[in-house]
Amino acid sequence: MMAQITILEGINRALADAMAADETVLCFGEDVADPEDGGVLGVTKGLSSRFGEHRVRSTPIAEQAIIGAAIGVSLGGFKPVAEIMLMNFTTVAMDMIVNHAAKLRFMSGGQTNVPIVIRTMTGSGFANGGQHSDYLEAWFAHTAGLKVVAPSNPADAYGLLLSAIDDPDPVLFIENLPTYFTKGEAPAAGHRVPIGKASVLAEGADLTIIAYARMVQEAKAATEALAGQGIGVELIDLRSIAPWDRETVLASVARTGRAIIVHEAVTPFGVGAEISAVINESLFGALKAPVKRLGAAFCPVPFSRPLESAFAPTAATIEAAAKALLA
Amino acid sequence: MTKRPDAATQLAIYRRMALIKANDERSRKVIMTGRLVMPYYSPRGQEVIPSAVSANLDDSDYICTIYRGTHDMLAKGVPLKDLWAELAGRVTGTCKGKGGPMHITHPKSGVMVTTGIVGSSMPIANGLAWSSQLKGDGRVTVAYFGDGASNIGAFHEALNMASVWKLPVVFVCQNNEWGEHTAYRKATAAARIADRAAAYAMPGVRVDGNDVFETYAAAREAVDRARAGGGPTLIEAMTYRFHGHIFGDADAYMDPARKAAAIAADPVPRFRAHLIAEGHASEEELAAMEARIEAEIDEAVEHALASDFPDVAELRRDVFAMEIA
Repeated sequence: MMAQITILEGINRALADAMAADETVLCFGEDVADPEDGGVLGVTKGLSSRFGEHRVRSTPIAEQAIIGAAIGVSLGGFKPVAEIMLMNFTTVAMDMIVNHAAKLRFMSGGQTNVPIVIRTMTGSGFANGGQHSDYLEAWFAHTAGLKVVAPSNPADAYGLLLSAIDDPDPVLFIENLPTYFTKGEAPAAGHRVPIGKASVLAEGADLTIIAYARMVQEAKAATEALAGQGIGVELIDLRSIAPWDRETVLASVARTGRAIIVHEAVTPFGVGAEISAVINESLFGALKAPVKRLGAAFCPVPFSRPLESAFAPTAATIEAAAKALLA
Repeated sequence: MTKRPDAATQLAIYRRMALIKANDERSRKVIMTGRLVMPYYSPRGQEVIPSAVSANLDDSDYICTIYRGTHDMLAKGVPLKDLWAELAGRVTGTCKGKGGPMHITHPKSGVMVTTGIVGSSMPIANGLAWSSQLKGDGRVTVAYFGDGASNIGAFHEALNMASVWKLPVVFVCQNNEWGEHTAYRKATAAARIADRAAAYAMPGVRVDGNDVFETYAAAREAVDRARAGGGPTLIEAMTYRFHGHIFGDADAYMDPARKAAAIAADPVPRFRAHLIAEGHASEEELAAMEARIEAEIDEAVEHALASDFPDVAELRRDVFAMEIA
């Protein structure tokens, strides 16, 4: 059996390996250096001790200043990995992300580019309530000039983060808080997962389930339950949201004729709507059932446990949706 | 009393001022006659500030400026032809016509970002300054912004971080007494923006931004401090906007007497008269310089209007490094 590591360790290793390989890679954000514990959850632990606080720098709680510094230092030739502790805090830096990071390449006619990575964590399930748990990926995927990735396992977290750091464009790297300590196979050193390439986790003939981030684990459980009932699911871990792997998704749905898109973000105007639209535009005649979106309830992430448990899709709701499509 | 710059430097400053003034007059004329359609935010009246600041900068130093920053760009050395072609939306422009007047970018002359968002020059300037600090390349970054921008959160976040990190950056606030249509006193609690520097433990100085020597001396000190690793400075340069917020704005909100007084004290002819009185240049020499500037602008405008528009395929380019299929 291969060595097992957690997603958190995968991210930490990717940062360490990137910084060791390229001295222009920087890592900064709130509490990231070791005197501040290497991050509130220890994701960046050890990095400042190894690479110095000039390269691994704790910042003021000032998200505009953090992303502004990332943009400027990248214009000066560096490859910064800026951490916005929680995805909801990106709202405070939206001007820097959307008006500047995403647009400088285009508005300068290609003279400048912003090769930054913004790491941010989020996710419901930890009783963090309405301002610490949201999945806001659709906003960023809707912005021309940004790339968005959301890995679901340690090897993909490692490989996608290295690819994001290599990438000449700004990449938003979404980490899921409740699954930081989920284990999986350790990646080989230097392993890259290409941005824009999905991974097929299970093959099946009856329907395709497309998921990303924590929803992959729920979809996996649903896939296994359905297999026990003789229903073959093709499970696709999207990994990259923008750009997303149309080729893999469309090829699969062309075979199965049925698709469910699962995400933790609220359903209306979400990533599921975009994928569903493309499936419909491309495969209208080949579909055996309407494409199904499965997302969170259209409300802020609630605090109370029964409410939070009912907020996002689960293995059980995915299984039920699959059966409804096949009925 | 800080030493005045030598005659050659004074002439170089005047050349920038005369260029900015002439370019502004031409911009308004070209829009008025319908030869170009673009949003235009006149920097007329504010010529001294970037002209005197840039006299302390090298080509390799960086600036970040804002939508009213044509004067900042010209003072830093953006070529007229490239600038005008961009204003005209042509493929020969600084940004292939894809940025326009509010987003002029010209890394060769150190103009790294021009933003259309009030306050956003400052956080990005910090990052450029951080890159210089990391490389030890001795570069200084200047962030230009207006008095209105000192009331937005980005100002606070950026000045605090710059001071904590001792970044080689100079924050130059061009206080022209107006934030869009609203007067300084109605929008800003502090009597002096320079006083806010104290909150960030950084030197803050207010100067007459229409006085070449005061502005030059403050910029010299701030740039020297930044280059020597002494950290950031906030300069509040007092000036006055001769025109409304945007071209076409009837500026009825501006007190006519105050405006007339500012125009009567126009810093450009004032400095011109000084150069002649001090014997640094003759009337004929300055007239010849100004004629050359007019000819350069003529050439730039003609070049711009004769250039091709970008191909619509540009919609798919420069969104990402790789062209969109």
